[in-house]
Amino acid sequence: MSTQQQEPEEAPETDPEAAEVPPESHEMKAQSSPQQARLQRKQDGLAARERAADETELEGDTVHIKVFRYDPEVEAKQEPRFDDFYVPYTRGMTVLDALIYARDEFDPSLTFRHSCRQAICGSDAFFVNGSQRLGCKTQLSELSQPVRIEPLPHQEVVKDLVVDMEHFYDQMHSVEPYFQQEDLPAGELAEQRQTRENREKVKMSTRCIWCAACMSSCNIAAGDNQYLGPAAINKAYRFAMDEREDEEIKEHRLRIIEQEHGVWRCQTQFSCTEVCPKDIPLTEHIQELKREAVKKNLKFW
Amino acid sequence: MYEHDVIVVGAGGAGLRAAIAAHEAGADVAMVTKLHPVRSHTGAAEGGINAALREGDDWELHAYDTMKGSDYLGDAPAIETLAKDAPKDTITLEHWGMPFSREEDGTVSQRPFGGLSFPRTTYAGAETGHHLLHVLYEQVVKRGIQVYDEWYVMNLAVSDEPDPNDRTCHGVVAYDVQSGAVEGFKANRGVILATGGPGQAFDHTTNAVSCTGDGHAIAYRAGVPLEDMEFVQFHPTTLPSTGVLISEGVRGEGGILYNNEGERFMFEHGYANNAGELASRDVVSRAELTEVNEGRGVEDEYVHLDMRHLGAERIVDRLENILHLAEDFEGVDGLVEPMPVKPGQHYEMGGIETDENGETCITGLYAAGECACVSVHGANRLGGNALPELVVFGKRAGYHAAGKDLGEAQIETGYREGVEEEDMELPIAPGETGLAETGDDAVADGGQLADTDGVLEGAVETERKRVEYLMERDEGIQHAEIRSKLQQAMTADVNVFRNEDGIKRALRVIRECREEYRDVYVADPSRTFNTDLQMTYETRNLIDVAETIALGALVRNEFRGAHWRQENQIRDDENWLKHTLISWNGGKPSIWYRPVILEGEDKTYEPKIRSY
Ligand SMILES: Cc1cc2nc3c(=O)[nH]c(=O)nc-3n(C[C@H](O)[C@H](O)[C@H](O)COP(=O)(O)OP(=O)(O)OC[C@H]3O[C@@H](n4cnc5c(N)ncnc54)[C@H](O)[C@@H]3O)c2cc1C
Ligand code: SF4
Ligand code: FES
Repeated sequence: MSTQQQEPEEAPETDPEAAEVPPESHEMKAQSSPQQARLQRKQDGLAARERAADETELEGDTVHIKVFRYDPEVEAKQEPRFDDFYVPYTRGMTVLDALIYARDEFDPSLTFRHSCRQAICGSDAFFVNGSQRLGCKTQLSELSQPVRIEPLPHQEVVKDLVVDMEHFYDQMHSVEPYFQQEDLPAGELAEQRQTRENREKVKMSTRCIWCAACMSSCNIAAGDNQYLGPAAINKAYRFAMDEREDEEIKEHRLRIIEQEHGVWRCQTQFSCTEVCPKDIPLTEHIQELKREAVKKNLKFW
Repeated sequence: MYEHDVIVVGAGGAGLRAAIAAHEAGADVAMVTKLHPVRSHTGAAEGGINAALREGDDWELHAYDTMKGSDYLGDAPAIETLAKDAPKDTITLEHWGMPFSREEDGTVSQRPFGGLSFPRTTYAGAETGHHLLHVLYEQVVKRGIQVYDEWYVMNLAVSDEPDPNDRTCHGVVAYDVQSGAVEGFKANRGVILATGGPGQAFDHTTNAVSCTGDGHAIAYRAGVPLEDMEFVQFHPTTLPSTGVLISEGVRGEGGILYNNEGERFMFEHGYANNAGELASRDVVSRAELTEVNEGRGVEDEYVHLDMRHLGAERIVDRLENILHLAEDFEGVDGLVEPMPVKPGQHYEMGGIETDENGETCITGLYAAGECACVSVHGANRLGGNALPELVVFGKRAGYHAAGKDLGEAQIETGYREGVEEEDMELPIAPGETGLAETGDDAVADGGQLADTDGVLEGAVETERKRVEYLMERDEGIQHAEIRSKLQQAMTADVNVFRNEDGIKRALRVIRECREEYRDVYVADPSRTFNTDLQMTYETRNLIDVAETIALGALVRNEFRGAHWRQENQIRDDENWLKHTLISWNGGKPSIWYRPVILEGEDKTYEPKIRSY
C-alpha cells in the first residue's frame, strides 16, 4: 500500500524539511510554528487583499503558478520538477480554476483530482504556498506569487498533484465508521430522538469531507504510519458523542481510539485544525476524547 | 476479468442505496465508480429530502404535489411509489445515524419548499446531501461491499439482437484510472447504472465536473431509449461566477428576490402572485431572466437574493453553509449584503427509461437516480424530490437486480410496434459518431456473439482498441475545445428560453462537434491517471446527451414545466400529454412517443393549471 513517508528521490520538493529551506515566501518560513504560520497566513491574505484592493489590479494580469510535475511512466517526468504557467486572471479565480485553465489551454497532461468546485467533494487538497488547502476554495488574489502548487506532503505521489489516498481511507475505515445502534424504536416510521444540543455537539464533526489535508499537515502522522490521524479520530468522535448510540458502543469506540496509535499520540500542535477547510475543531475533539477515555477507565478501576 | 452477481455503476446516493439493497437481498454486489464514493455529487445537495412524516400530511398529498409540479408529465405509478416509500426510506436513514436537524422534542425537522402543500422537506442543516451520502457510504463499509473506486466505466457489454428489447446486459467494461488497465466486469444478475446528471452539457451549471452523462450515453448507444431529455431544470439561484447553488432553503426560510430597482419582482411584476419566491423553479428562473432581459438586472446579468432581514441568529442556525458558499465563491457576506444570483443548469428530469423497479428494456440492465427517468419529475422536478428518488428507486433497483420480487411493473419500457413516431424533418443527421476506424460501440458492430463471456470479451477488446487508437495519434483536436464549444451552444440556445431557430442552431453546432470528435486525440502519453483520456471519453458522451436534449426540445412545440417554447407558449394537453423517447439503434436515433400514465392506484390525476 502506500508509504507514509515521501520517498525523497521521488519528490524532494514536497518534503516538509525541504520546504523550510528556500525562504522564498513568508508562508514557507513560517512553517516552524503552526501558530506563527497561521498568523502569517492571515497577514499575507490581508496584505494580498489590500494589494489587490478592488482586485482590478490583478484584473487583466496573468498569474504565475508553479506546479509540481511527476509521472513514473513518462521519461521526461520521472525526475520531479516544477512547471511554470502564466494564467490570465479573472475576478474570483481560484487555484483550481488556474489549474483547469493551464490544463485545458497549455498542457492536457497536467493531472489533479477535482469534481464539485464547491468544497464538498474533498478531491482537491493541495500544498499551496506551503500549506494544505482546497484548490477550489482558495482565491488567487489572497496568495503571493508565484503560487507554488504541490501534492499533499507525506503521501505517495501517483502523478503530478495526485496522491495515493489508500492509507487515508484505511485509517478512516479502521475506526468502524458507521452507526452501530441495534436497539431501534419499534416500527419502520419511528425515529430515534436526539436533542438539539446533542446534534449541535456532533455537528462540526459530521462536516468532514475526507480531503486528508489534516493528515498531511500532521507531524505525528508523518512519523507514525499507524497513527489514526485527526480525521479518523474525528470520525470516531462523531459517533462516540452521538447520544443515539448506547453507552456500551461508546465504550467500544473509546477503546479503539485509545489504542497505541490513537488519541494519546496527539501532541496538540493544532496543525490539523488550522488547515481543515471545514473549520472542524479537530484538536479540541481529540482532547475531548482523551478526557472521555480517562473517565471511562476511572469507571472501571 | 472480475465477476459479481450485481454490478452497480456509480456510488452517489442512488448507487450506494442500490448496493446496500442488493447486498441485503443476498447478492454478491460490487460498485464500480469513477470517483471515490464520498466524492459523488450527491454531497452537494443542500436543501433536503421530501417525505410525508407528520400528522396533517400523507403520501397522497405528496403524490398530488409531485404530479402537479411535474406539469402532468410524471407517471402516476412512479409518483405514487415515490410518495409511499419515501417516509420509511427516510426514516431508515435516521436509523443509520443520519444527523438530521431536530425539533425541540427530538424529532427530525422539516421545512417548507417550493411547490409543496405541506412543509415536508426533511433536512440536515444546509448539507442534507453530504450527510445522506456519507451515511450511505458508512453502511456500505459496514457491510464490506466491494468498491472499485477510480474505475471509469467505458461501456456496457450487451448482446446484439436486432431488437433492443431482446438484448441482455452481461456486464461492463471499465478502466482503472490509476493504472490504465482496461478490464471486464461480469454481472451474473444485473448492472445498475447510477451515474448521476449530465450537467456538463452546459457551461453554467450547479453540477460537478464529473457529471457528464456517461450512464445516459452508454445505455442510449446500447439501445435503451432516453426519455423526456428536453426537460432540464435551471435553478434560479446560482452564483454568477461559478454556478455554485444557493439553496432554495434560503427562500424557504423567507429570503426575498429583488431586481436592480429594489422591486420584489415575483409579486410586483406578477410572476407568481401567491407563492412569490417559492413558486417552482422554472417560474422563478424565467422571471429572473425576463427581469434581466428587460433591463432590470443588476449589472445586466443577475438579480439579488436578500436574507438579511432573517437576522444573523436564524441565518447562522439554519443556513450557515450558505454564508460560507457566498463568501468563498463570490466574496459576498450574506449577513451584510444581498447575494447575486442567476439561473444555472441544475437537474435533468429526463433520463434512461426505466419502470418502477428500475429495469430498462434490456434484460439485466437497470438505472436509478438522476440518470434514470421512471418518470417521477415529468416536466419539472420539485425541490427536495431527487433525494427521495435516490433512496426509493435505488433500493428498488438493488432488490430487483438481486432477484427479490417487487411485483409486476405497470410502466412499460422499450420501443414497440405501433407507437406514435415523430416524422419531423431534422436540420442535421443525428447520431453516428464514433471513430470509424475502430468500429462503433460493441452493440452496433460486435457481430452476433453466442455466449456471455463472448459478449464481454468482445466489448473489452473494442475498448482496448479505442484507447490504443486515441493514445497513438499525436495530433488532431483536443477534447477541451470540443467540450467548451458544445457547452456554449447549449447554454446559448437550449436554455430557459427556447425557439426553433435557436435549437436548430444548437443542433448544427452539436453536429460539428461530432465531426470534430472524429479527429480527437489524447495528448498525455501516460497510462497512469490519464485524465486526458477519461475526459475524451466523457466528451463523446456529452455530445450524445446534448443532442438528445436538443432534439427533444425541437420536437416538443409547447410550453410545459421547465420546457418553454416561444412559438407555442401554452401547455398543449391535447397534443402533448406524452413522453418523448429517443432511441438509438444501428447508429441512428429515432424519436417516438408514449402517453403519460395519469391513472393512479385508486384515482386519476386530472391535469390542472399549474399556478402558484
Ligand atoms: C448543488 C445541488 C443541490 C441539490 N440539492 C438537492 C436537494 O436539496 N434536494 C434534492 O432532493 N435534490 C437536490 N439536488 C439533486 C440531487 O442531489 C441529485 O440529483 C442527486 O444527488 C444525484 O444522485 P445520483 O446518485 O444519481 O448521482 P451522483 O451523486 O452524481 O453520483 C454519480 C456517481 O456515478 C459515478 N459515475 C459517473 N460516471 C461514471 C462512469 N463512467 N464510470 C464509473 N462511475 C461513474 C460517479 O463516480 C458517482 O459516484 C441537488 C443537486 C445539486 C447539483
Ligand atoms: S477533518 Fe477537515 S482536513 Fe481532515 S479530512 Fe476532514 S475535512 Fe479534511
Ligand atoms: S473540487 Fe470538490 S472540494 Fe474542491
